[in-house]
Amino acid sequence: MNPRESSWYEASARERLLGLLDPGSFRELLGPRARTLSPHLAQLDVPGAFDDGIAVGEGRLDGRPVLIAAQEGAFIGGSVGEAHGAKLTGLLERAAATRPAGVLLLLESGGVRLHEANAGLIAISEVIRALLGARAAGVPVIALIGGANGCFGGMGITARCCDRVIMSEEGRLALSGPEVIETVRGVEEFDSRDRALVWRTTGGKHRYLIGDADALVADSIGAFRAAAIAALGQARPNDLAALEAAHARLVRRRERYGVCPDGLDIWRTQGIDDPERLPLLEAEDFLKAVAGRAA
Amino acid sequence: MRLDELLDKLFPLGHAVAVEDQVLRGAAETAAGPVTVIGTTDHAEIGVEHALALAEAVLESTREHSGRPIVMLVDTAGQRPSRRDELLGINAYLAHLAQCLDLARRRGARLISLVYDLAVSGGFLSFGLMADRIHALPEAQVKVMDLRAMARVTKQPLERLEALSRSSPVFAPGVANYVAMGAVHGLWDGELAEHLLAALREPDGGDTRRRLGRERGGRTLADAIATRVADGRT
Repeated sequence: MNPRESSWYEASARERLLGLLDPGSFRELLGPRARTLSPHLAQLDVPGAFDDGIAVGEGRLDGRPVLIAAQEGAFIGGSVGEAHGAKLTGLLERAAATRPAGVLLLLESGGVRLHEANAGLIAISEVIRALLGARAAGVPVIALIGGANGCFGGMGITARCCDRVIMSEEGRLALSGPEVIETVRGVEEFDSRDRALVWRTTGGKHRYLIGDADALVADSIGAFRAAAIAALGQARPNDLAALEAAHARLVRRRERYGVCPDGLDIWRTQGIDDPERLPLLEAEDFLKAVAGRAA
Repeated sequence: MRLDELLDKLFPLGHAVAVEDQVLRGAAETAAGPVTVIGTTDHAEIGVEHALALAEAVLESTREHSGRPIVMLVDTAGQRPSRRDELLGINAYLAHLAQCLDLARRRGARLISLVYDLAVSGGFLSFGLMADRIHALPEAQVKVMDLRAMARVTKQPLERLEALSRSSPVFAPGVANYVAMGAVHGLWDGELAEHLLAALREPDGGDTRRRLGRERGGRTLADAIATRVADGRT
């Protein structure tokens, strides 16, 4: 099968990365042969990975030079430890120095890796700082989210620091995961086994409707590739005027939807007829159905 | 330390800091000139409203007093775990706060954090950890989660984590671990106003945390790995 037709959700980090880039263009930095293993996992007798759960490197997208990183959800949920985070920070620092047409972050992560919690938290802070440094250098940073583990915790904050966020319906983007909220506040607050509720709260369609995903695409590597190509070379301004406009949008969002108990209520407030049908629609039909919504 | 006592000790030349909904906003005088003061208190759980109030104060400082230092006083129990906050996209609100602070820095403002009580995870990440220099009182607590909860999530015996945390700073809560790893620059005891003045006068050297972590022996890999990737090494 053509790799571009295969599911993003089901693919591994490397399959996504290779399918996204122009064939034969990927050059991995600090690849598995460099054996960047986490020493902290070994201390706990947890098996490590030679890439610490992330592949980083450079390649071409539609002929243009890009830097790219892909988190592997199958390795401890794509979580960020010392080595994993340092690879991402180094890549973003390289972007600021070499000014490629874009940085593609294929995010799939539960956030901080608890086996090395302090190192992971500091690492994500360094990633955010390096990411905003790349943006300040005029390099667009694009997040692509559609893996089984979603994008949570500190990586959920990191994703929203990017110029653009591309999601599939299957992708999830949030800060605290449903299980964490259920554990802390009880099942009445958030029933993490209610999959429909989880998707209405954190899923790609909801994030698109409230403005936190810039593009909603079908679950295929080709669809993500097309959206990433469209986002190349288009850095969003990040100056005082832009952040004041972003601030006004976030204030308005809270005023308008802060009383809504459920995603369905938000979508209805946006003037969408029969919001109950939205979760059932394929990406293309969904985009048509919501095209006339209130901003 | 109580907040009013802390403010008096940090800013003996005067301060006007208001507290509303656990968010601190205001200004203070130092021997190095006026500073903007923001922060949180009473172990605040940061929700979208707190993030907006903090971001607004940062934007205002950048707009009205571009380049004026921002002092962040940190006491947070982390992000507010609630379905409503997640529905509104609290990660986007915290990312916005981080970007406002980064803009202030790029426009010439020094960013100084002081963890005076508690700093946990997500609330710390978008705020105190964005500073050029992060300091803490010796009695402050910094953590991602308790060792007990960590044992449950990682399916490791608590005794084992306790034993390991004596030799490695990466697991356990504690401000000393964050000092060893380079995230907390140093501990402030004694004359707080003098510590603050020294921090304000220190030249900005970019993000020095991973280099400090290597020099202090608490985080030995990050610096070399990030540098090798940045240099394009395979």
